[in-house]
Amino acid sequence: MEQKKLAIIATKGSLDWAYPPFILASTAAALGYEVQIFFTFYGLQLLKKKLALEVTPLGNPGMPMPMGMDKWFPVLGLTLPGMQGMMTSMMKKKMQDKGVASIEELRELCQEAEVKLIACQMTVDLFDLNRSEFIEGVEYAGAAAFFEFAGESDICLYI
Amino acid sequence: MADFDQELDASGLNCPLPILRAKKTLNAMASDQVLHVIATDPGSVKDFDAFAKQTGNELMESKEEGGKFHFLIKKS
Repeated sequence: MEQKKLAIIATKGSLDWAYPPFILASTAAALGYEVQIFFTFYGLQLLKKKLALEVTPLGNPGMPMPMGMDKWFPVLGLTLPGMQGMMTSMMKKKMQDKGVASIEELRELCQEAEVKLIACQMTVDLFDLNRSEFIEGVEYAGAAAFFEFAGESDICLYI
Repeated sequence: MADFDQELDASGLNCPLPILRAKKTLNAMASDQVLHVIATDPGSVKDFDAFAKQTGNELMESKEEGGKFHFLIKKS
């Protein structure tokens, strides 16, 4: 049986949205898929050596708030300085308590499983990012290179 | 529960870690050896079934006992 292929485009750079690409990629690799993730725009944050991913309830009415905080703080309260940092630590704590892997861990598992991580060169240039900020093993390419793999993939996801 | 060659306790770990740890452990095992996985994630019941179907490893047993889930996987 020919090896199945999964192609993912990761476009988001927040803590919550960092999970789907790495969870799906690492699991697919464990199931025997060949996997490539193409990181573009804010998704490039997920490739940084030092991850500083945060989560925000702003503009996200679906986010469950701990201890009924949404009742105490109307939307404007969420813009207060320090609120995003606080929400991020609460989320990280909750994830740890529930045995959810950290993004660092999932990313490492992806690399161990030979998931190919590709940074979009155009957005690296656009945001004046430096290759030295990214982890080892990242490849740099453009849209055409993505299609070379995605065109032959069995599953293609835009996240 | 039947005999097994290795045991992996994935208690307290959430999706997809039990599967990833199991895969890693299986990689280091020989063909026909049996891995016993213990998990607490209720989603792992369907996940190990799907894992076995897609990887060709045989899920010999899957049961709940004492609030934990036990799986016996024979490496293909």
